[in-house]
Amino acid sequence: MSVNNTRMVSFDGTTPKARRLNARQTQAIAKATIWAAAVLVILILFAIIFYILSKGIPELDWEFVSEIPSDMGRSGGILSPIIGTLAVTAVAIVIAAPLGVGTAFYLTEYTYEGGITRIIRFGAESLAGIPSIVYGLFGFIFFVIYLKLGWSIVSGGLTLAVMILPTIIRTSEEAIRTVPQIYREVSLSLGGTRWQTITRAVVPSALPGIATGVILGIGRCVAETAAVILTAGSALRIPTSIFAPTRTMAVHFYILAREGISMERAYGTAALLIILILLINIVANILVNRFVARGR
Amino acid sequence: MRFSEKIPGRVLLVIAFSALSALVLITVFIFVEGVPLIARVGVFNFIFGMKWAPSQGAFGIFPMIVGSLSVTLGAIILGVPIALCCAIFLTEFAPATVRNAIRPAIQLLAGIPSVVYGFWGLIFVVPLIRNYIGGPGLSILAGSIILAIMILPTIISISEVSLLALPPPYREGAFALGATQWQTIHGVLLPAARSGILAAVILGMGRAIGETMAVIMVLGNAVAMPSSILDPARTLTTNIGIEMAYAAGEHRQALFATGIVLLVMIMILNSVAQYALRRRQDER
Amino acid sequence: MTPQAKIAVKKLSFYYKKEQVIRDLSLEIPANEILAVFGPANSGTTTLLRTLNRLSDTIRGAHMGGEILLDGKDIYALDVSVTELRRKVGMVFEVPTPLPMSIYDNIAYGPRMRGIKRKKALDQVVEKALRMAVLWDEVKERLNASAMSISGGQQQRLCIARVLALEPEVILCDRPCSGLDPVSTAKIEESLRELKERLTIVLAPHNVQQAGRVADRVAFMLMGSLIEEGPAADVFANPKDKRTEDYITGRFG
Repeated sequence: MSVNNTRMVSFDGTTPKARRLNARQTQAIAKATIWAAAVLVILILFAIIFYILSKGIPELDWEFVSEIPSDMGRSGGILSPIIGTLAVTAVAIVIAAPLGVGTAFYLTEYTYEGGITRIIRFGAESLAGIPSIVYGLFGFIFFVIYLKLGWSIVSGGLTLAVMILPTIIRTSEEAIRTVPQIYREVSLSLGGTRWQTITRAVVPSALPGIATGVILGIGRCVAETAAVILTAGSALRIPTSIFAPTRTMAVHFYILAREGISMERAYGTAALLIILILLINIVANILVNRFVARGR
Repeated sequence: MRFSEKIPGRVLLVIAFSALSALVLITVFIFVEGVPLIARVGVFNFIFGMKWAPSQGAFGIFPMIVGSLSVTLGAIILGVPIALCCAIFLTEFAPATVRNAIRPAIQLLAGIPSVVYGFWGLIFVVPLIRNYIGGPGLSILAGSIILAIMILPTIISISEVSLLALPPPYREGAFALGATQWQTIHGVLLPAARSGILAAVILGMGRAIGETMAVIMVLGNAVAMPSSILDPARTLTTNIGIEMAYAAGEHRQALFATGIVLLVMIMILNSVAQYALRRRQDER
Repeated sequence: MTPQAKIAVKKLSFYYKKEQVIRDLSLEIPANEILAVFGPANSGTTTLLRTLNRLSDTIRGAHMGGEILLDGKDIYALDVSVTELRRKVGMVFEVPTPLPMSIYDNIAYGPRMRGIKRKKALDQVVEKALRMAVLWDEVKERLNASAMSISGGQQQRLCIARVLALEPEVILCDRPCSGLDPVSTAKIEESLRELKERLTIVLAPHNVQQAGRVADRVAFMLMGSLIEEGPAADVFANPKDKRTEDYITGRFG
């Protein structure tokens, strides 16, 4: 863009020369500030990631990921929190993905915009704004106490499922809406039922986008602390069933750091968490790019 | 044939109500658990009470409301200008390659666990404040800084979408009149996108006010009323996060009651944000 | 009396919300002929085609009056299976619309939805359909290539083959050559002329010349009304209506 070279036209009575200089100075200052802000954001991101990784990666070895913690986490590895994280996340996804994707298909394929969609969207939008600690309170009183599931993998997973539901609904809905309308018309015109049209013509095209939403949901589950600590507990034993209590990596890290049990182990756990989140983001981005490329 | 054609629609309709049902369940259970205590203590005494001492039966959460509002305000003051500049950078200044590199980075910023932010604040920001500004370091200021970073992705992405949604003639028209790029941004684009930006800021506030784990680690968690931004404080969320582990009986009810206040504040903020976003759509 | 028409449209009216796009239109379409329905933009030809296989059902807020008979049976009757109707009355769209899958899967898409799963049966259907659309020799070596990878003209013939794989009785072609080069257009027109031996074709041509080249009968529409209809040679040589004459001699539209 060659905007910087644009001559100011005097249309407000000031002398062209003074006005031009002034506007160009402001432009220069504003541009510098804006660049600085963008650089600052990236610097902060790298400061955090670099700090955690540089302190944590030296802690990572085979023992760290293959042994269960001993002495409250002062020694041993973090095998049981790793298993806990995977188990709780798996329960959450198994519940939330069908519900979220199903809702998205209902909103896009089975109804027109109107009263019902407005109510459903209101529910999803409101859910998206609820803080994770409130999910924790709800999961505790509803799953742990009222449904008598106790502090367990199911309680934690179900709580997280509710928490990530809006994310999955929104991303899936966007993905389905980008599938060209003509694909649906072609499928219908070839004698397809609505359901056949969805499963054979719409789903294949929307799948990368839907998968991206699910993967972002996984990322949120892995990162969550407040909601799981109140619902899955903080047991260090390896869980033997989904009704057993467990501790996720994020909760483990929180307890290690906050109670000052072991800074080394805390850094190691944090580094592993960051690496996991990085991987999840990379996979999501690859999917998005493929989705965008295909949409063209 | 026709019968089987109807089944998927019915099933999906039931599924589609899952989010709304969850919302209703959450609201009902939190209220049922917390309202009795508020009724016993009295709404006014609960919200404006200065003393929180569950063992003595004193349940006043005003210091925590002040704590929540002050860290949120701090986060907005520190975070919004940076986030807005970053959104403007992405839509107006950044070359495509830079933009494509920064977007995933901001997405990553949103994905980092909040406990990690808190931890980083504890070992990096808190000592800085203690050594160079004063006070114990664990403070409203530390909480504000961490939250400001945490709300960046929310505000950047929603503002960016609002700016991108402006039709090209806005820019072209201003450029054609000879305006500089900054004059265009400042005089045309930002005002035109203001509803979306407002919604972004409010949703950022919602995130800040609802954040728990990051704040627990840097705020000091004192129950007393803070008198400066260098004092430790406690927010509504951290009150729940710290005490839920051992609370029982009336004390636990009081934490659910704290949750009610939090939920109401969030609902109000979100309604305002949704209203602003809807207005943005109508403006188009 | 002519034998019973393949399709009979009786007093058809069609509205999008309040706007009427087809006005009291009656038309008989004989079997094994190509009928070209033409007219200037927005004269209702696309809508007319879409009512013939009920693809118009998917438009929200639309409603219609009158009736459409296929082999003497009302296609809007309650006991009619829409999917079965659409199999019998296929549609080729204005732009080539391959689905994002292989050439083979595109052709097999319809038969698979009808429950044909055996590889051998599908192979036969695919080959036969591609041969009928005069595309087989060009793509037989790369049936598993993406349907997006072939030329626009080939894609459009692929779409015709995809419809043929369902062994339809009628094909509706909505300006099937509008974005194509003359060679591709000629190939498609040639295959349409061959196809009319076994089925009925309703074509909305993208210009008058195409109607002249391929149609047995023509119908001229203007603003949603049928102005004139008859054998192509008669209408083009001696248009009865002044508006038809103006249009085909290029005086407007």
